[in-house]
Amino acid sequence: MNRRFFLLAGLMLACLPQLSAQASWQQIPIPTLREFHPQQPKRIQLSNGMVIFLQEDHELPLIDGLARIRGGSRSEPAAKTGLTDLYGEVWRTGGTRAQTGDQLDDFLEIRAARVESASAPDSTMLSWSCLKNDFEDVFKVFNDLLRNPEFRQDKIDLAKGEAFDAISRRNDDVSGIAAREMTRLAYGADNPYARVPEFATVAAVTREDLIAWHKAQVQPNNIILGIVGDFDSAQMEAKLRQTFGDWPKGPAWQEKKIDFQPAKPGYYLVPKEDVNQSSIRMVKLGTLRSNPDYFAIQVFNDAFGGGFQSRLFRNIRTARGLAYGVGGGIGTAFDHPGILQIAMGTKSGSTVEAIQALYEEVDNLKTHPLTESEIKDAKDSILNSFVFNFDSPDKVLRERMAYEFYGYPADFLEKYRAGIEKVQTADVARVEEEYLHKDQLAVLVVGNTKEFDKPLSSLGPVTTLDISIPPPPGEKQGN
Amino acid sequence: MKYRVLPALALVLAAALAAAQDLASFEKRTTVKKLPNGLTVVIGERPAAPVFSFFTHVDAGSVQDPEGKTGLAHMFEHMAFKGTDTIGTTDFAAEKTALARVETAFAAYLAERDKSVGRDEEKLKTLQKGWQDAIAEAQKYVKPNEFSQILESNGAEGLNAFTTVDETAYHYSLPQNRLELWAYLESERFRHPVMREFYKERNVVIEERRMRTDSSPVGRLLEQFTTAAFQAHPYHRPTIGWISDLISLSATDAQEFFDRYYIPSNMVIAVVGDVKPAQAMPMMEKYFGRLPTRPVPDERTTTEPPQNAERRVVLEDPSQPIYLEGYHRPDFSSPDDQVYDAIADLMSNGRTSRLYRALVRDQKIASDSAGFTGLPGTKYPHLFAFYAIPLPGHKPEEMATAIHAEIERLKKEDISDEELQMIKTRAKANLIRGLGNNAGLAFQLGIYQARFGDWRELFHSVDRINKVTKADIRRVASQTFVPTNRTVGIIQTVAPPAGQGQKGGVQ
Repeated sequence: MNRRFFLLAGLMLACLPQLSAQASWQQIPIPTLREFHPQQPKRIQLSNGMVIFLQEDHELPLIDGLARIRGGSRSEPAAKTGLTDLYGEVWRTGGTRAQTGDQLDDFLEIRAARVESASAPDSTMLSWSCLKNDFEDVFKVFNDLLRNPEFRQDKIDLAKGEAFDAISRRNDDVSGIAAREMTRLAYGADNPYARVPEFATVAAVTREDLIAWHKAQVQPNNIILGIVGDFDSAQMEAKLRQTFGDWPKGPAWQEKKIDFQPAKPGYYLVPKEDVNQSSIRMVKLGTLRSNPDYFAIQVFNDAFGGGFQSRLFRNIRTARGLAYGVGGGIGTAFDHPGILQIAMGTKSGSTVEAIQALYEEVDNLKTHPLTESEIKDAKDSILNSFVFNFDSPDKVLRERMAYEFYGYPADFLEKYRAGIEKVQTADVARVEEEYLHKDQLAVLVVGNTKEFDKPLSSLGPVTTLDISIPPPPGEKQGN
Repeated sequence: MKYRVLPALALVLAAALAAAQDLASFEKRTTVKKLPNGLTVVIGERPAAPVFSFFTHVDAGSVQDPEGKTGLAHMFEHMAFKGTDTIGTTDFAAEKTALARVETAFAAYLAERDKSVGRDEEKLKTLQKGWQDAIAEAQKYVKPNEFSQILESNGAEGLNAFTTVDETAYHYSLPQNRLELWAYLESERFRHPVMREFYKERNVVIEERRMRTDSSPVGRLLEQFTTAAFQAHPYHRPTIGWISDLISLSATDAQEFFDRYYIPSNMVIAVVGDVKPAQAMPMMEKYFGRLPTRPVPDERTTTEPPQNAERRVVLEDPSQPIYLEGYHRPDFSSPDDQVYDAIADLMSNGRTSRLYRALVRDQKIASDSAGFTGLPGTKYPHLFAFYAIPLPGHKPEEMATAIHAEIERLKKEDISDEELQMIKTRAKANLIRGLGNNAGLAFQLGIYQARFGDWRELFHSVDRINKVTKADIRRVASQTFVPTNRTVGIIQTVAPPAGQGQKGGVQ
């Protein structure tokens, strides 16, 4: 019966009259995209070094702001890993000298406003979001937290409890394990980007540590403040000058040099018996966005492991049905090497087959280099979607803040477009040749070894990674 | 503390004024048209940047999966990226014949495979080979992923789709000069879809199931929990599909599902961005007007009967404990819908929420706790659920006790003026925050138009939350949160199988 229905449906399709004059998509006109020069934020630098960006956006009655402060978890002592995570939480929850965090919660929530703190590897953040009419009230809270945080002990204890909970749960989810172990392989287990909080390192953090961190980092010359929303720039500038102008400059923040010591190429295994899908990550050290190869790398990444049209998606997912998620590329970051990675998930029973299929894709790049047409598609994709980098005032602001933070030129996005346009097939072949080598990859597998199609050791020597969680100090390893 | 009272009053007035202004200003920029074939188009003008986003809402989700064919709605969603009779093929006439052979071969294989008595293993092997050979033959005519490739090369951003129990939706963004190209491609996709590469895509979907459900503790719990909570209504079936159904689905099934449910009157398309209705509407009429009208399918579903005994699902799992409980509630069109929203907000939103303050801040037994509505969908009667993540050393049972104490408070005591005000202000602010983004707005306009037949409900729902009273909250809590109406889901930690992740060293 099913078959008959299919044939019937087929007939119906064939009989539909061609109503349209257009025979195919190629005949549809694509007019020139209208000229668009997104509004740039106004940059102000106070004499104390604080950098401010003001971006007016009058569409909605909202005002949002974000202060990004130099220094993050990559700079915390290894024995206190988790310090900046706690700082990023308790900065806000611990309240100010004048008000507890709970009082701030009440004050803000009735205005549907938020003031939140957060931490990242290279910075910490304090942000707000509010309805325009509440700006004065909310900005006061923001400024008070910036200048007079209290880091109350009860909220430190609360944040530590949450951190302990996160540690105890970190091996529950395959993707979490894969992301963590992959970073350790690519950067080295002791690298500040790779190390993770432990019961002992979180327990070691004191209130004095948080206060000292704040004192050292939150100096006007370490701050980039961006504000977007329904305000008048001249009035806002006057207010900010009045608020922050007399804040004396502090010592300049110095980043420490970071060592990147990738693991040896080879196979690394995390056995996990409650899954039926293996997470595979092939990694090595990537590069920086300031690298002149960056543009060719972006084109390569798009063509090799980017979207639906990429080789990995087409061959591993569409043609072989081996994965739902598959992708990869040469990772880049602003001020440190990114991670080159090829990632996929496949059923336990095709783990080794999948690794070999990925190897074939890497080899295939040598025997069948990316074609002119694949490279054209990738460049078209990047250039035609380029406008989505700045299609809202908020995005433009965030880009500018990032360039300021990392010392990139303010017109980096324009340079990016020009750089992509210039990429030739030979450039892509060159970066592929330079960065991607099968025998340089560390291959991580998180999976259920009992169900593998072949033992991982059939591919080469395997290092089994110990991911057991060190128990809290004074407790024995339990269940 | 006086700031808490006076500004609150001022806020009520400000919020009420602004809601009316928003709707008035939106009405000027929003155009709706129902095409003669029944398809509804919503155009929202937001000309700030030369881009647009769209959201195609199809009023068919996994609830519509036929019995024994769970996962079919989602499977079709994947097929909608496979192209048409002109896109993705080198020779459609030949491909069509080859695809028909694949179906014949698969049906023969399936018939033998599923024999419970007298299955001939040799014959099965031959039939399987015949089916695989037919697939290889049809593959010769395929231009893989051409549909997506055209879109990506033209600058598509966020190209994706999703299927829920209630609906299937397709969405992405493009530069504004590609509007006609989009209208053509999006209409072709639902005019001449071709079920090519179906059986490989089925394997992709099975991998998706392994990732989201089988290999994820939360996925495992939610599947068991939802299955237990619904016994009669199709909400008891997973959208991703049961594995035995997935390995039996055919391209014919997917085509049938499409023919039955992807009818113009089941579709709403919302476009938001740098789009002028005077130019865009004729374009939409030209392309989407071509979709043929078909009879409206029989949409009868079993109504879940009242639950009269608590149900419990305890999953013994190597992962850390989780506590979840759900209560049946009426569907989205219930006059109490906003009362449930208010309860969810009160119990869960931010650090002033009752569950955070009780379980996380004061009792220090959980790292997180919240209540939410809409599990697993909203179109039919569904669940209002609560969960808590126990801190190390605390048991799921403690979570139950603490959550029930908060529920009892809801029933017995009126919430405070400040809390009620907070809920209403937040509803308004959340509405405003959602308006500044093409993709988000297309999603909202599309879904409200589809559900209520009027996108304005997006604004009216905030007005209705403004009318929620303290008595409403006590009444609805008392009606809903009773033990016999409850399903409990627990992850109970058991020791992982021996040898897992214990030892380092070289193998």
